[in-house]
Amino acid sequence: MTAVDPSTTAEDAAPDAGGDILAVAREQVLERGEGLSQEQVLAVLQLPSDRLSEALALAHEVRMRHCGPEVEVEGIVSLKTGGCPEDCHFCSQSGLFESPVRAAWLDVDRLVEAAKQTAKTGATEFCIVAAVRGPDAKLMEQVRAGIAAIRAEVDINVACSLGMLTQEQVDELAAMGVHRYNHNLETARSHFPEVVTTHSWEERWETLQMVRAAGMEVCCGGIVGMGESLEQRAEFAVQLAGLEPDEVPLNFLIPNPGTPFAHLEVPQGADALMTVAAFRLALPRTVLRFAGGRELTLGDLGAEQGMLGGVNAIIVGNYLTNLGRPAEQDLDMLETLKMPIKALNDTL
Amino acid sequence: MEPPADTVERPYCAWCGGERAAGDHTACDRRLASVDPPRHCPSCARRMVVQVDPVGWTARCSRHGESAGENGFGG
Ligand code: SF4
Ligand SMILES: [Zn+2]
Ligand SMILES: [Zn+2]
Repeated sequence: MTAVDPSTTAEDAAPDAGGDILAVAREQVLERGEGLSQEQVLAVLQLPSDRLSEALALAHEVRMRHCGPEVEVEGIVSLKTGGCPEDCHFCSQSGLFESPVRAAWLDVDRLVEAAKQTAKTGATEFCIVAAVRGPDAKLMEQVRAGIAAIRAEVDINVACSLGMLTQEQVDELAAMGVHRYNHNLETARSHFPEVVTTHSWEERWETLQMVRAAGMEVCCGGIVGMGESLEQRAEFAVQLAGLEPDEVPLNFLIPNPGTPFAHLEVPQGADALMTVAAFRLALPRTVLRFAGGRELTLGDLGAEQGMLGGVNAIIVGNYLTNLGRPAEQDLDMLETLKMPIKALNDTL
Repeated sequence: MEPPADTVERPYCAWCGGERAAGDHTACDRRLASVDPPRHCPSCARRMVVQVDPVGWTARCSRHGESAGENGFGG
């Protein structure tokens, strides 16, 4: 698979302004635990490719110091696939595009089975996802039944990702015992209108605030490689830091047929890894998760480099509409890297 | 997923739904062998209803029934 050779893939260097950024980050982030500012994140993203290894090594030290060696493992499943009324330009599940993905519902038995398969890997989180603008009564009912059935049979934290919520729905999910809620801001606020036109970044932000206030953990990340500039990538990292999320899942664009982003390139490995390091330096204490697209962008060796470059969580197995590598390969990787899997009682 | 050996029985690309004989489907096959389950029925090119779960996928063609597979990357 793709090994990422830092010396051949990155862009031209931009000179560091105001001292060497990695030396500054060592003092500020590693020693004092203070995330980088937007300008500082940008300086990391603009580092020449021959400094990638150094950036990853520092991000790894930051992760080890502020988060520890454990890796949080999660599985996800799509409860309701396709037919979404929104127009997120990367998404194969929008009903507004000529995507080959057709609408489907998962029944409760298969949902419980998916939770069992996930728990078997040692995962502590199982996330139920639906392709919707926000839940309707039917979806809330299905989620309620699904969570009750999982709770009866499987020992795992249940997370949900059901789009934008009303206060009432937030309260209902909290009462069902949902441990963490995922709602991605997807990209920098300044880039969001190029990615989604049917709802706003601010609407997403509001849902996240309600989730936090109701006592659920906040999971919020996005997708790298949607035509954003490096400046916007830095902007996004700092906007996420401002949210203080418990978890940030980082996806790399998989250009899906029929979507407006079908023509975009798969992000380059070195570029993606520098982004991983920069996000860790902006978010020293957050669970930083490898999510979709890592397989295409990074390959097997790149995934290891990321795990040694600030990432401390992974999604194992398949995703929502895309396939991942088998969970055993990731578990073997963690064993090789001598990184213990976070246990369930550590998360409570 | 292997590209279908018998292009008479399975004349369509499971990724793009195009005729296999009519074009180059190398990129499609690469996606099928890595991150994508089949989306089109290889026998009739109809879009299938596909359900992905952590360890596999199932795909149903209204005419040709259900097929199933495991993870991506040959897993
Ligand atoms: S709201 Fe979610 S499912 Fe709907 S188009 Fe956007 S990303 Fe896809
Ligand atoms: Zn094809
Ligand atoms: Zn068919």
